Amino acid sequence: MTELKVVANATCTFCGCVCDDIELTVEGDHITKAKNACVLGKAWFLNHHVEPGPSARIRGKEVSLEEAMDEAARILTDAKFPIVYGLSDTTCEAQRVAVAIADWVGACIDTTTSVCHGPSGMAFQGVGEVTCSLGEVKNRADLVIFWGCNPAESHPRHWTRYSTMPKGLFVPRGRKDRTVVLVDVRKTKSAPAADIFLQIRPRMDFEVLWVLRALVKGLKLDPADLADTGVSLQQLEDLAGKMKSCKFGVLFFGMGLSMTRGKHLNVEAALALTRDLNDFTRFYAAPMRGHGNVTGADNVVSWQTGYPFGVHLGKGFPRFNPGEFTTTDTLARKEADAAMIIASDPMGNFSQAARDHLGTIPYIALDPKETATTAAATVAFTTATYGINVPGTVYRMDDVPIPLRAAFDSPHPSDELVLRGIEKRVRALQRASAAAR
Amino acid sequence: MTLLKISGGKVVDPVHGIKGEVLDLWIRDGVIIAKPANPEETPDKVIDASGRLIMAGGVDMHCHIAGPKVNLARKMRPEDKRNARPVQRTLLTRSGTGGSVPSTFATGYLYAGLGYTTAFDAAVPPLGARHAHEELQDTPLLDKGFYVLMGNNHYALKQIAANEPGRLRDFTAWLLQASKGYAIKLVNPGGVEVWKSGGGNIHELDEQVGHFSCTPRQIIQGLAQTAMDLELPHPVHVHCNNLGLPGNWRTTLATMEALEGRRAHLTHVQFHSYGGEPDRQDLFSSKTLELAEYVNDHPNLTVDVGQVLFGNTTSMTGDGPLGYYLHKVTGGKWTNADTEMEAGCGIVPVTYREKSFVNALQWAIGLEWYLLVKDPWRVAMSTDHPNGGSFLAYPQIIQLLMDRNCRREVLKRVNPRVLERSQLWDLDREYSLEEIAIITRAGPARCLGLKNKGHLGPGADADITIYNESADIRAMFEMPWKVIKDGVVVVDQGEIREAEGGRTYYVHPEFDSAGVNDIQKWFESFYTIQFANYPVGEEYLAGGGVRSSCGSRS
Amino acid sequence: MEKKAEELFILIAGRSTRQGTSMNESKFGKDYTEEIGTVQVCPEDMNRLAISPGDLVRLRTGQGAIEIPCVAARDGELPPGMLFMAYGHYSSQLMGSDTHGTGMPSSKGLDVYFSRIGPPVSA
Repeated sequence: MTELKVVANATCTFCGCVCDDIELTVEGDHITKAKNACVLGKAWFLNHHVEPGPSARIRGKEVSLEEAMDEAARILTDAKFPIVYGLSDTTCEAQRVAVAIADWVGACIDTTTSVCHGPSGMAFQGVGEVTCSLGEVKNRADLVIFWGCNPAESHPRHWTRYSTMPKGLFVPRGRKDRTVVLVDVRKTKSAPAADIFLQIRPRMDFEVLWVLRALVKGLKLDPADLADTGVSLQQLEDLAGKMKSCKFGVLFFGMGLSMTRGKHLNVEAALALTRDLNDFTRFYAAPMRGHGNVTGADNVVSWQTGYPFGVHLGKGFPRFNPGEFTTTDTLARKEADAAMIIASDPMGNFSQAARDHLGTIPYIALDPKETATTAAATVAFTTATYGINVPGTVYRMDDVPIPLRAAFDSPHPSDELVLRGIEKRVRALQRASAAAR
Repeated sequence: MTLLKISGGKVVDPVHGIKGEVLDLWIRDGVIIAKPANPEETPDKVIDASGRLIMAGGVDMHCHIAGPKVNLARKMRPEDKRNARPVQRTLLTRSGTGGSVPSTFATGYLYAGLGYTTAFDAAVPPLGARHAHEELQDTPLLDKGFYVLMGNNHYALKQIAANEPGRLRDFTAWLLQASKGYAIKLVNPGGVEVWKSGGGNIHELDEQVGHFSCTPRQIIQGLAQTAMDLELPHPVHVHCNNLGLPGNWRTTLATMEALEGRRAHLTHVQFHSYGGEPDRQDLFSSKTLELAEYVNDHPNLTVDVGQVLFGNTTSMTGDGPLGYYLHKVTGGKWTNADTEMEAGCGIVPVTYREKSFVNALQWAIGLEWYLLVKDPWRVAMSTDHPNGGSFLAYPQIIQLLMDRNCRREVLKRVNPRVLERSQLWDLDREYSLEEIAIITRAGPARCLGLKNKGHLGPGADADITIYNESADIRAMFEMPWKVIKDGVVVVDQGEIREAEGGRTYYVHPEFDSAGVNDIQKWFESFYTIQFANYPVGEEYLAGGGVRSSCGSRS
Repeated sequence: MEKKAEELFILIAGRSTRQGTSMNESKFGKDYTEEIGTVQVCPEDMNRLAISPGDLVRLRTGQGAIEIPCVAARDGELPPGMLFMAYGHYSSQLMGSDTHGTGMPSSKGLDVYFSRIGPPVSA
């Protein structure tokens, strides 16, 4: 008979909401119930299975962990331009070791941030950001705007836990005390939940945001100027008025801004608009971060190197330049000559040129699941899943750090353990080679 | 068991009244001991410090080096790092970036390189405590800790408004335990909550804090008393209302008076000593004398200065409305990050210019504070790193304090109106090395209640800095000959020899667990994380942590 | 197989619930590969171009071309001229590598040449 265990206050790491109120029922190595979890969280916990294969493979052949770590260390130390990429679906404890390895071998360290909210990070460097933790939204927000995101499908509990439904200190009636606005190019499944839906034309975010900035400043505009945007001046005047007169407004923005032409300039416009509004009321902005610990990756890379992503360590110190040291670029330009991919799947979702080059260089992959990336890796580690088998720390999309509780043990090692093994070997190789000189 | 002897150095140890006598120091397993009674006992290692000057390792009691706001500043300012000398990776040490907000490993190496072995971050929201601890684990070679932001905490304000000192005390103890923090920090008490509730600020001690029926005065009194009742090693650490505003010296004086004899530390007082009126820059003046006299007469008070240095740096503060104010002054980028139920945060790049009347007067006011507080035990060296400038400027400040001609040279260069509004030119006082040792280690260690720090007597942690004695004071303090942490040479002539070490200090005051139900009920109504996931576990403590005892203060 | 002339559409790639729930099962499973390998077309465009659900369509950019089945988008979700598909292996083949100095290739709002190929061969 399998042992039945209940894990209270477990944390779901599927998306950036990082809900930590999940109650798991565990039977042996299966989770049979995930109380409070959304449809994505339920799938994350209930569909979880331990990969049956070996924990370590070299060119597809099963090897011991030690052999695989030896080979990984050799690949990284032999390389002239190694890159370390991924990190958004693992613990901060593992991320810290990954950045250490990148530092020791002089690699480019980059995270999946560069292909989700990297442009938002650049915009932040341009204008700053007026932001807050999600509890501020829960307790105070009377105007909530979602722009270029689709929480109904990507962050299903955002509304109920944080942004629109909960009853808060200054919004005691919850949803009734708030106005919810959705701005998007598609009328997504999120639209029915909004009081106001503005459907703008694709690639018109920048223009619409700047019109709003002008209206907030009290400038008069010609309706004809908005002809291409898909929305009328009147609609935007109405929205600008609501933004200025609310008590606490917040604009959550998604990859509709950061992935569309204009990218960081779109986000910069959103951040500048929300900043400007603080001359009239309190107004905030926050990105809807995707992966469970992509926010932790930004934090760890920042505190260890000073820069959030796309950091080149090859000269012996950190240098930052998006477009130069970010992974799509280092791969597509065929600069990287070795890679270590942690908890992400560039072979499944990078541009073809980047994938083609990754396929020609030796690389190491760590992932709990078989993916296109692990399948083609020189050294592949199957690791335990964070938040299910591995405890540790993750950061919610609003930078709030949250602990993880393990539900059951995995036969596979954690990312942290594998990375520590690789780090130890890398440093031993470097000391040996320094001693030989 | 290793026995280390440091022989022949000139020891400056104000705690024991030692003013440069040549003495041997004995260290066993990281702790200073008396000379072994058994003459047969020979040291495993001898460091010959003949002709050199020995002090305890430096103690920075107010800086911003770890946690949410520090990391936001790192993310926001690539230009700051690109203009600074980077920290190169070696076989032993990690690489990093410098500038006003260095990366974590760089922070540890740079402090150690300066002869500092202890540093406390001054403002962490408890919800971000786990983050601050993670960064401290990656900040090597330092003993460290942080103060917990409480002056705008809803639960604390509620208890103050309800006149429930017992509940306030229990909550404070619970919060310090949960966050593994070291002391209570007030930042613009009540004002940040007003800023978060629709904008604005608070300007008077008796103004009501928005929706709470309490005032800054009550917050200051309540939490000062709480720190004393809990017998915390460090008293309440106060960033007064109205930081940076002309005329704010009245608020600062009123705050000192409001304490009514309770122990308190007033931080970065330079930023709180301005005469004049809010909208009249032409009336801006120094009020250091008035405030320093009050401090001189009131032994319950200690201060650190928050010295301003000329150049570019980053202002980062838990004082949210101040961030907005500075943004309006600079017109540049600005980050504001508010934390639910607890705190605010503002980050703005700033440049202090010699030719600016206001900036030059700020510089002068800082130095006036060091020179006008008579008892060096009650004034600590700080730049409020990085707000007034980097901690790397400490040697420059030491030089200015030890050499009046040096500060007069600067006064000749800066905006001439400073001479009319400050008495710095006329202050002849020059610090002695003993006084420097007091304001950079012995004093702050005593103020923090760190009994094993800041001195070189038996039982002290063997955190020791050995300087090359030199007429060039600044050069002497910029690059110590050797820095020893826990009995191990970690820096040798500017080179890091040992890359790891350092522990996190925290307090664990007891409380009545009957009060936790009410805290939990409140917490579960308003927070967005689970009550059970809030407390920080011991696995987050650097070096296993050191629990400082409460209630053992003599 | 009849081939119609290409028309310029705008492709939005994004996340979908089904993609999110099926990726935990396996990225090689039927649900996941079907979800990322299908493009949504609005009903008006389906009618206008005489496309039936399940028909193979071709999407082409300067980077590459894919031939995948289509389905009708939910009523009102997509305006005419816009396509949606779940982000992944197929959508990425249409995406360039130029990140315009950001690290981020343009992945939403892509200009794509769209044409009907016809019913799937197996049908």
